[in-house]
Amino acid sequence: MLNGTRRLGSLAIAAMIFAAACSSAGSSPTPPANCVTGSITAAGSTALQPLVDAAAKQYVKVCTGATVTVNGGGSGTGLSQVAGGSVQIGDSDVTPAGKLSTPDANKLVDHIVARQGWIVVTNKDVTGVTNLTTQQNIDIWTGKTKNWKDVGGPDKLIVLIFRPASSGTRSTFKKLVLGNATEATGGQTLTEDSNGAVTTAITKTSGAVSVIGFAYYNDPANKPNLNGLQLDGVDATVANMASATYKLAADGHMYTNGQPTGLTAAFLAYMMSPDVQGTLIPSLSYAPVVK
Amino acid sequence: MAQISTTNRAAGLRATPSLAERIDLPQRVVFAAAASMIFIVVLLLAFIAWQGVQLFVKDGVPIGQILSPTWQPDSTSPDRNFGLLPFIAGTVFVTAIALVISTPLSVGLALFLSEVAPHWARAIVQPALEIFVGIPSVVWGWLGITILVPFLSSTFHDDLVLSLPIVGDVFRVPGFLTGFSWLAGSLILSIMILPTITSVSFDAFRAVPQELRTGSLALGTTRWQTIRHLLIPSALTGVLTAVVLGMTRAAGEALAVQMVIGNSPSLPAAITQPVTTLTSQITLDMGNTVFGEPWQDALWTMSLVLLIISITSVVLVRLLNKRRMAS
Amino acid sequence: MTATASQAIGRPNGPKPSLRRGSSRGSILADRAATAVLWGTGVFVLLLLGSIIVHFALAAWGVVSPSFVLSDPSDSVLGGVLPVLWNSIYMLALTMLIAVPIGILGGIYMAEYAGDNALTSAIRFAEEAISSVPSIVVGLFGLILFVDEFHWGFTALGGALALTLFNLPLMTRLSEQALRAVPQEERTASLALGATKWQTIRHIIVPLAIPGLITGVILTAGRVFGEAAVLLFTSGIGTPPHYDFSNLDLTNPASPWSPFRPATTLSVYIYKLQSEGLGIYRNQIIDGAAAILISMVLIFNLGARFLGRVLTRRLTAA
Repeated sequence: MLNGTRRLGSLAIAAMIFAAACSSAGSSPTPPANCVTGSITAAGSTALQPLVDAAAKQYVKVCTGATVTVNGGGSGTGLSQVAGGSVQIGDSDVTPAGKLSTPDANKLVDHIVARQGWIVVTNKDVTGVTNLTTQQNIDIWTGKTKNWKDVGGPDKLIVLIFRPASSGTRSTFKKLVLGNATEATGGQTLTEDSNGAVTTAITKTSGAVSVIGFAYYNDPANKPNLNGLQLDGVDATVANMASATYKLAADGHMYTNGQPTGLTAAFLAYMMSPDVQGTLIPSLSYAPVVK
Repeated sequence: MAQISTTNRAAGLRATPSLAERIDLPQRVVFAAAASMIFIVVLLLAFIAWQGVQLFVKDGVPIGQILSPTWQPDSTSPDRNFGLLPFIAGTVFVTAIALVISTPLSVGLALFLSEVAPHWARAIVQPALEIFVGIPSVVWGWLGITILVPFLSSTFHDDLVLSLPIVGDVFRVPGFLTGFSWLAGSLILSIMILPTITSVSFDAFRAVPQELRTGSLALGTTRWQTIRHLLIPSALTGVLTAVVLGMTRAAGEALAVQMVIGNSPSLPAAITQPVTTLTSQITLDMGNTVFGEPWQDALWTMSLVLLIISITSVVLVRLLNKRRMAS
Repeated sequence: MTATASQAIGRPNGPKPSLRRGSSRGSILADRAATAVLWGTGVFVLLLLGSIIVHFALAAWGVVSPSFVLSDPSDSVLGGVLPVLWNSIYMLALTMLIAVPIGILGGIYMAEYAGDNALTSAIRFAEEAISSVPSIVVGLFGLILFVDEFHWGFTALGGALALTLFNLPLMTRLSEQALRAVPQEERTASLALGATKWQTIRHIIVPLAIPGLITGVILTAGRVFGEAAVLLFTSGIGTPPHYDFSNLDLTNPASPWSPFRPATTLSVYIYKLQSEGLGIYRNQIIDGAAAILISMVLIFNLGARFLGRVLTRRLTAA
C-alpha cells in the first residue's frame, strides 16, 4: 500500500521523465506499438521504394530482431510475387485488376499507405513555360504540338521522354491527364526505364519534357537542373496533392496475400502510424492517408 | 625430368584398381558433370520455348501478328497489337552497324597482333584486350550515358547534309536531337564486341601455316600483299566465325544498350534517332508486367526470338568450321 | 637459286626493297601505309583502355576510400558500398563453389574419357549453345525456375545457380584445355608403370594441370564478378540493409551468410542507382562503385596471368 506522498512522488518522477523524453525531439522515433521478430520481404514499385525503404530502416532500428528487406523490380513484379507467395508485401502503383487473373487478384488485400504525386518537368532551357493546361498536355504528348514556341516557350523542338508503357506512372498520367489519348511515337520520343534515368535524360536533352515523382523533383541534386511546371495553374506540392486540388496523384498500395499476420501485420501497422504518416511521409514528398 | 616426377608419384600407387574404379564410378561422375550441360540446354530451351509460345497458345494471338510494326500491348487500348517488328528491326540495325564499325578495327587489330607487332607490343596489347572483356556492361552503359550521349548530342546537333549545286540535297542525316540513339548503341556495342572478334580472328590468322607466308615473301611480295592476297583469304572462314560470334554477343547485350539507345518503340528513320532492341524492351517492361498477362507473354516471345537467334548463330559457326576443316 | 631467293630466306620481312623486282614502288607504299594503319589499331585500343581507366580513376578520386568501401549506403551523405560489395564477393564465392567442381569434372571427362562420337559432339554443341545465349535470357530462365516455380523469391542461391548455368561452359572448356596441355608422356609413363586410368588422372594429370586450372578459375571468376543482367532477375535489385556479420545462422534471411536472401551485387547496384537513385551524391557513388568494379577486374585478370606464370614455373621445374 503506497501512501499518498510516495505515490505523488513517483508520478512526478514519471512526469519528469516523460517531459524529458518528449523534449529530446528528433533524437529517435518512439518505439512502434508492437515489435515482432522475423523476416519479411517487400518488393515492387520503384515509386514507393524510397518510402518503404526508409520506413523499413526506421522500423528495424527500433525493433532489432526484425528484418525487412525491400526490393524494387516494378509494380508488376510486386503483384506477381506477392500473389505467387515469394514475397510477403507487394508494393504497387496500380491495382491488380486487369493485370492478375481474377482469382489471384481476389486473394490480395490492399493497404493504401500514401498518396504519391507526379510533376511535369522540362529541361532548364525551356524558358518562359511555367504552366501547362490539361489540353496543352494532351496536344504535346500526342504529338500535335511539336515546338515549345506554340505554348509560350523558345523555338525548340519538344522531345518527349516517356516511362515504359507498362509502368504505373505512365498509365496514371495517361488516365488522369491525357484522358487515355494515344501518345506519340517516333523520333521525338525517348523511353527511359525509371525516375533516375528519366531525370538524367531530361537534364542532358535540350527541349525535353517528362513526368517524374515528387521525391525526384524535390531531391536537391535534381531540382536546380529542372523546370517544374504547374498543372492547370496549380502548383505541384504535397499540400495541393493532399487537398486534391492537384490532380496528378495516385494511391500507393501495399498488397498482401490474404490478411497479414506476424511481422507483416506489424510492419503495415507501422506504415500507418504517426511516425510514418506524420513525419516520414511528408519529408519524402508523399501525402499521408491518415491525418 | 617429367618422367622422374611421374615415377615418384606413380611408385606410391597400387597397381590394382580400387572398388570405385571397378564399378566405373569416376568415369560416371565426370561424364555426368559434362553431360549436365546437355541437360541445362534442354531445360533452358524447354522453359523459354514454353513461355514464348504462350502468347499464341494461351492468349490466342495469331503468329503473323508479331511481324507487324505496331506495338500496342495495352489491354485498355482498342487497337491492341503485339507487333515485334520495331524490336527485331532495332536489334538487327544496332547489331549491323556495330559490326560495320567493329569488324575492320578488330580484324586490323588481329592482323597487327599476329603479323606486325613485335613481341613487346603484343605483351601489352593482349592483356589490354583481356581487361576490355572484363569490363562489365553496366560500366559501359554508364560511360555511354555520361560521355558518349552528351558528346553526340552537342557535337552533331545539326543535320549532316551533302548537297550538290543543281541536284540539291543528295544526302541528309538529321542531327542528333538527343544523344540517345541508334548510333550511340552501335558505338558502345562495337567496343564491347571488339575483343571477341579480335581474339577469334587472331586465332584464325595464327592457324595459317608459316610456310605460306615465307613462300610468298620468297617470291618477292611485300608483307601487306601477303596479308591481303594470301592470309585473309586463307583465314576467311575463321574471320567469318569471329564476326558471327561478335554478332551474337551484340544481339544479346541488354543493359549497356538499354541505357543509351533511347528506347522508342518504333522504326527509326535515321541512325541519329532513338531505337529499341528486343533486349532493351524486355528490360524495360519485365518488372512492370505481371506473370501470365499477355503483355508479359509477348516479352517471353521476344526472349524466344533471342534464343532462336543465338542457336542459329551457333549452327552457323559450326557450318563455317566444317567448311574450314574440309578445305 | 637466284640472288633474290637466297636473300629472302632468313629475312622475315622479305628481301630488301632494292632487290625486289616483283614489287613496284606503289606496293611498297601500300605496305608501309598498311603497317602504319595496323599499328594504329593497336595504339587506338591502348589509348581507349588507358583513357577509360584514367577517367574512372579521376572520377573516383575523391570518392573511393576505406570508409566508402566499408560503410553502408545512404542518400543523405556520401554513402558507401559495403553490403553490395559483400554481396558481390559472396555471390562469386557461392557460384564458384558450385561451378568449379562441376566444371573441372566435366573438363576431365572431355579431355580424358570422351570418345569421338555423337554424344561428345552433343556436349560440345551444348557448350557453345549456352555460351551464346544472351545473359538476359539466362536471367529470365532463372526468374521462371528459381524465383517463380520454386517460390524462392529473389535469393542469392537462385542467382548463383543461374550464374553457374551461364558460366559452366567456360569453366569446362578452360579445364579441358588445361588438362589437354599436360604432355602425353605423363599419361603413358604412368600407365606403363601400372597405374589405372583414374589413378593417373587423379594423382598425376590433375596436379600437373593445376596452373592452367587455377587460371581458368580466375578468368571465370572475373566474368562472374561483373555480371548484372543475370542477377537482375534472380537475386534482386534493392538497397541492402545493414548487415550483421556476427549472425551466423545460415537459414536466417537476416544473416549476410545465408544464401536464402535477396542479394544485390555491386553491378546491379550501379544499375539501380542510375535508374532510380536519389541524392546529390548519386553520380559520385556510381563512379566510385564502377572504379571498384574495374579494379577488381584488373586484379582478377592480371592476377590470373601472374599466378599462372608463377605456378607453371614452380610446378614444372620440379
